[in-house]
Amino acid sequence: MVERRPVLTFLAHAVLVLGALIVAFPIYVTFVASTLTVEEIMSVPMPLLPGGHLIENYKQVLFAGTTTGSRAAVDRMLLNSLVMALVVPIGKMSISILSAFAIVYFRFPLRNFFFWMIFVTLMLPVEVRIIPTFQVIAGLGMLNTFAGLTLPLIASATATFLFRQFFMTIPDELAEAARMDGAGPMRFFWDVVVPLSKTSMAALFVIQFIYGWNQYLWPLLITTDETMYTAVIGIKRMIVGGDAANEWNLIMATAMLTMLPPALVVLLMQKWFVKGLVETEK
Amino acid sequence: MSAVSIRNVFKSFGAVQVIQGISMDIKDGEFVVMVGPSGCGKSTLLRMVAGLETITTGEIAIGERVVNNLEPKDRDIAMVFQNYALYPHMSVRDNMAYGLKIQGRPKTDIDARVQRAAEILELAQLLKRRPRELSGGQRQRVAMGRAIVREPRVFLFDEPLSNLDAKLRVQMRSELQALHQRLMTTTLYVTHDQVEAMTLAHRMLVMNAGKTEQIGAPLEVYSKPATTFVAAFIGSPPMNLIPGRITEGGKALASDGDVHARLPEARPALDGRNVLLGVRPEHFEICEPDAAMLSPDIDFIELLGSDSLVYGHLGADKAGARMAARLHTSVVAKEGRLPLRFDPQYMHLFDPETGKRIEE
Repeated sequence: MVERRPVLTFLAHAVLVLGALIVAFPIYVTFVASTLTVEEIMSVPMPLLPGGHLIENYKQVLFAGTTTGSRAAVDRMLLNSLVMALVVPIGKMSISILSAFAIVYFRFPLRNFFFWMIFVTLMLPVEVRIIPTFQVIAGLGMLNTFAGLTLPLIASATATFLFRQFFMTIPDELAEAARMDGAGPMRFFWDVVVPLSKTSMAALFVIQFIYGWNQYLWPLLITTDETMYTAVIGIKRMIVGGDAANEWNLIMATAMLTMLPPALVVLLMQKWFVKGLVETEK
Repeated sequence: MSAVSIRNVFKSFGAVQVIQGISMDIKDGEFVVMVGPSGCGKSTLLRMVAGLETITTGEIAIGERVVNNLEPKDRDIAMVFQNYALYPHMSVRDNMAYGLKIQGRPKTDIDARVQRAAEILELAQLLKRRPRELSGGQRQRVAMGRAIVREPRVFLFDEPLSNLDAKLRVQMRSELQALHQRLMTTTLYVTHDQVEAMTLAHRMLVMNAGKTEQIGAPLEVYSKPATTFVAAFIGSPPMNLIPGRITEGGKALASDGDVHARLPEARPALDGRNVLLGVRPEHFEICEPDAAMLSPDIDFIELLGSDSLVYGHLGADKAGARMAARLHTSVVAKEGRLPLRFDPQYMHLFDPETGKRIEE
């Protein structure tokens, strides 16, 4: 299929290396900056080799915060982000796997109508409905709470749709065999549907974890209390006024810390993630 | 007492009537095969017995109980599906034990039953495997094991062998037969394959378009098909059906396609009547031209080694009926007229209007 020609191989690798460099370089600069002092960063040109303040910088952001912008420590923000990035995917999956199960396996009046109702909400992402949602959350007194952070992001048409598509590939005979075996609907759900959905759930978890972790607009709106900031918001709040006024070394350290968990999740769950996207065990 | 009674059962999906009044009593321990072309409603009928489809009108009883409104699990039945329907994430052992586990049986009892079924089906070595690590034949056996462990009153098989290759199918067929002889459990078996039906059945129910064509033992169905549909469906190649007319005061049969045969016994009542003459391809033999009852014009010949299939036309200029003959010889002229005769006792007569057999 592919010709073996040394020139082509070289060219392909050159393009790949170039692409990797373009992606990796900004991250490298961020890392270098997080190991320098503010003065070193401000010098022209900025050094491109790591400095000697790595531990000092990270310790300060983790446990004390910056001195110019927000004063909150980043360890609390990372925890908030983690709660959000866990509650959102887990909540999303619990609700959508059940609704997909209902839609696929039960015959009830207006079944298709409800499915399309759910489907239509795909057209209304958080950003579009953000003002009314804010109004509701504020009215419920959920500003600056975990519930306020996570609940509006949990309802998900995407996940429902994904699970529905997956369930429809499970052969009907399996449901019938379970019925012959005497398994009621929920028994069938737990014993057959959930185990079969494991890989899909893993893939969805990875995507939704990153989605939850990287939320920006919503937490920005509803968190005003420093103790409820997520890490992403924390970075934003650290940046105040002009270029010189910011402690860029600390901001970069926070950025590095914020990038770490999603990267870890992807790395650790890579195998499951790919499996969930390409194959189904049937 | 019958194990399963199907009493005047109808089924419609919306306006479409797929089962139109079928009745049959199945005796305890009997192996009944429901056979028919695809879409004839045989699977639907089985699924109604299983409780996977509702019954529109009529009654199905298992043992003494009418089961129309019972859930499948309460009907004391077990079913084997065409695509096996094994739980992919469970081991062979768990697949077989799942139903028993739900019934809440003690673990020792479950283990004993699974072990016993595994020995009968030679699955003992495979109990820890997952279905995808098994071959088609092994999966089929697991599916049967899942049915056996429940020790049901009735086994239901829905085309269980149709996903297997030809060789394995023959093997599983004999295993099924042996299994039934060992367990003597009443069995309802759906297939479109007439060989399976002939070899496995004590009695078969031949269905077409939602109606019963014939109920009877395989040899009875073969030797006395009740309708032209059964005549054409059972047997390969199908029975030849040649239009003709009874002549000579009920003693002979003649046709425009140059058929001249004598009836086994004179039937004056039929004199002058138009009939369909049915003769199975395997009942023909080559004869001298003078003794020929019919002489088809050869179209082509298939040599099968043990015998030859000769396809031809009757009548001048191939204007008459198509027909086929299975001859136990490979020495056949490639073209021209082939003089054939058959023993009159193998003659079948059908009414050309209704397609029904004209009884002796």
